[in-house]
Amino acid sequence: MAKITLENLGHSYMENPQSEADWALKKLNIDWDDGGAYALLGPSGCGKTTLLSIISGLLHPSAGRVLFDDQDVTDLPPDQRHIAQVFQFPVVYDTMTVYDNLAFPLRNRHVPEADVDKRVREIAEMIDLSDTLKSRAKGLTADGKQKISLGRGLVRSDVNVIMFDEPLTVIDPHLKWLLRSKLKELHQRVKTTMIYVTHDQTEALTFADKVVVMNLGEVVQIGTPVDLFERPQHTFVGHFIGSPGMNVLPCAVEDGKPHFAGSEIETASSRNLNELKGELQIGVRPEFVQFADKGVPAKVVKVSDAGRFRIVETRADDTSIKLLVPEGQGIPADDAFLAFDRDHTQVYRDGWIVA
Amino acid sequence: MNNKTINHAAWIFVLPVVALVAFNAIIPLMTVVNYSVQETFGDNTFFWAGVIWFEEVLHSTRFHDALLRQLTFTFTILAIEVPLGVAIALAMPRKGPWVSVCLVTMALPLLIPWNVVGAMWNIFALPDIGLLGRGLNVLGFDYNFTRQPGDAWFTLIVMDVWHWTSLVVLLAYAGLVSIPDAYYQAAKIDGAGSFAIFRFIQLPKLKRVLTIAVLLRFMDSFMIYTEPFVLTGGGPGNSTTLLSIDLVKIALGQFDLGPAAAMSLIYFLIILLLSWIFYTLMMRSEAQ
Amino acid sequence: MRRYSWLVPTLYILFLMLPIYWLLNMSFKTTNEILGSFTLWPQEFTLENYRVIFTDPTWYNGYINSLIYVTLNTVLSVAVALPAAYAFSRYRFLGDKHLFFWLLTNRMAPPAVFALPFFQLYSAVGLFDTHLAVALAHTLFNIPLAVWILEGFMSGVPKELDETAYVDGHSFWSFFLKIFVPTIAAGIGVAAFFCFMFSWVELLLAKTLTAVEAKPIAATMTRTASTSGYELGLLAAAGSLTIVPGAFVIYFVRNYIAKGFALGRV
Repeated sequence: MAKITLENLGHSYMENPQSEADWALKKLNIDWDDGGAYALLGPSGCGKTTLLSIISGLLHPSAGRVLFDDQDVTDLPPDQRHIAQVFQFPVVYDTMTVYDNLAFPLRNRHVPEADVDKRVREIAEMIDLSDTLKSRAKGLTADGKQKISLGRGLVRSDVNVIMFDEPLTVIDPHLKWLLRSKLKELHQRVKTTMIYVTHDQTEALTFADKVVVMNLGEVVQIGTPVDLFERPQHTFVGHFIGSPGMNVLPCAVEDGKPHFAGSEIETASSRNLNELKGELQIGVRPEFVQFADKGVPAKVVKVSDAGRFRIVETRADDTSIKLLVPEGQGIPADDAFLAFDRDHTQVYRDGWIVA
Repeated sequence: MNNKTINHAAWIFVLPVVALVAFNAIIPLMTVVNYSVQETFGDNTFFWAGVIWFEEVLHSTRFHDALLRQLTFTFTILAIEVPLGVAIALAMPRKGPWVSVCLVTMALPLLIPWNVVGAMWNIFALPDIGLLGRGLNVLGFDYNFTRQPGDAWFTLIVMDVWHWTSLVVLLAYAGLVSIPDAYYQAAKIDGAGSFAIFRFIQLPKLKRVLTIAVLLRFMDSFMIYTEPFVLTGGGPGNSTTLLSIDLVKIALGQFDLGPAAAMSLIYFLIILLLSWIFYTLMMRSEAQ
Repeated sequence: MRRYSWLVPTLYILFLMLPIYWLLNMSFKTTNEILGSFTLWPQEFTLENYRVIFTDPTWYNGYINSLIYVTLNTVLSVAVALPAAYAFSRYRFLGDKHLFFWLLTNRMAPPAVFALPFFQLYSAVGLFDTHLAVALAHTLFNIPLAVWILEGFMSGVPKELDETAYVDGHSFWSFFLKIFVPTIAAGIGVAAFFCFMFSWVELLLAKTLTAVEAKPIAATMTRTASTSGYELGLLAAAGSLTIVPGAFVIYFVRNYIAKGFALGRV
């Protein structure tokens, strides 16, 4: 097990990257603590698989270093980094039995057969494959195969980190949940660092202690699920996480205070905005907007029922603002006023949080 | 594959194919069967001869020898071309400009008319003016494929390897590139060496294409006629007279229609039977 | 080890090119030079052999004849194989499996077995020594092959495509020709390539079924070899020229070859 440090890491698939856009990964500095459960979350094409391949050593970064416990491993091949990876599509060795599949990484490392046997049985027990040890891996269902992939990582005692590249893509929906909780349980048992790549926020937020959100080759926020929800560092995080996503409103400045639609908006910080250059925006999640007697004037446009609450779409000053109204609470018919929860309203400049 | 609808009217779609192939296959086959059970004295009168031609062919040493030569030839070239083809495919680049170069140049021998292949190798191997023949003699080998049976066999085998290994290469290569990258990556992470990668990833995935390669090479090498005929004419003596060559000698050279027809049928049945055995054996091992 | 792996294909290609080089080398030599001395490249470079082929009708007609029946065969095989392959890939019908197997057995029929009966059959129907006779005879092994390849490609096209087209109001033929055929264009290319290839390289049947009018280039070559002594230079030039159409065809379909083979249908 090890702490993983990415230092000034960057990668481009081009020989001579010219502009910013040529880089699939822009300058990254991340520390992954030993034993943590991380999720790497972002839309397709944001560079998360590239980052994963660099950590595992399948890809050599164009710039920067990868450190395992402060040791430079940038030039080491995957098998010397002591990592394990579960791929999007299950990879099993078709001609081998489940047992031989699990034993394969150990046998390749010339572990004595007695230890192999002990370890394989122990892990098979852990991932509920004990009954199928003797059968051919080829005949298993997709979730069984993914368990084998995972098991091949777990059998090795020297593994620094186990990485998952969207591992539930081909799993039936009703089994996804089961496998996910199994994974969480395993993490608590073995305490190996795990990095879970996904574009599904539910998967990320339920699995991870810490989530790394990426967009366009950049890390936009690293934080606990609660951080991401309550204090998005970037409007992208606000949009991407939460359903519906955060409301982003144009922000005007008067006397150093944020204003929207003619009203002053109170925020958690009392920073003077006059000194800021660039485009300012106000961000507030639908969960923290309420109907009130006074505040921002708005018109109710649409109400949709989402079970325990309703999503109300309103329009204020040509901007759409969504809010959540709990069951049983009244919704004004037409004209209304909106109040924002002070502690959960932030100001962003060019996308990044400032106040 | 399993959700096909039952529709007997689909026969209309296959009718043209059936008509054409039947015209080419059934009528000539009936002609052959017809000859095989009759005796003629060359004046277009035929007599019922029963199965005597079949007995004659099956008991003749000439047929036995030709069959033995045929089997030797077929299994030798299979033993060389299949492993060699796989080895070359493994060493080929997976991407980049060289892929096209390799594919195009390697496919070239497959598109040369068979008699040209024979003629080309004849010229290439002639001991006086051929590069190969002359070269071998310069190096101190007493090589002359028109006089020495061993040399004739050597040339025949090398020619077939030259002509057909590319088919195995192309098939194996296509099988290899269809293996997803994740398999190689997983194997790297699991610490597998290149032999383990070949044994546990590449070979299992190649099984299907290799089955086809072996079947095709088997069938085609069993039917081979033009190339050895042009190269050696079956000689020296009868040393390279394979089944097809012998058959044409009997049918068109000596006009012994009865024995030729009987031999044709036996020959055809042997190919069908061996192909079927090959096919079921390999499918069974795949199902395992 | 991986660093030196390029050596293997390189050596193999070298081995493939040597006899072809020797053929080309011979084709640029005079008969005197061929018989008189052993030279690694032409000392008295001559295009005389090629001039003979391009000016003598018995020679260049051979090429034209070959190209005519090969093209005819390719078009015919693919055209009839298309609906049949569609039927095999989409429907189950009485005797479908047996029929498919029977078709494939014809791929295993040795031409040597059929040479004589073919001669009699095509003489009887009055097609002897026509391009059509050779084109038809070659369908014996090319149709099964085309059906096999096309069926593989068609099975890869989801059935929903057909159903959507019918829902959108296409008739069967308008769907088949306007939507389905373009969808499997790659498959048609691969099938046509193999039909071309096997028809172009076959000699025994082509020679048996022709005399003068439709004589293929390959037959012209064998007759020259046996009648006019040993005009090796001429023979080499003719042989070199037979490689050209094949090389062209491979070049155009090079990107499809691997895909066609990948389906495991040859």
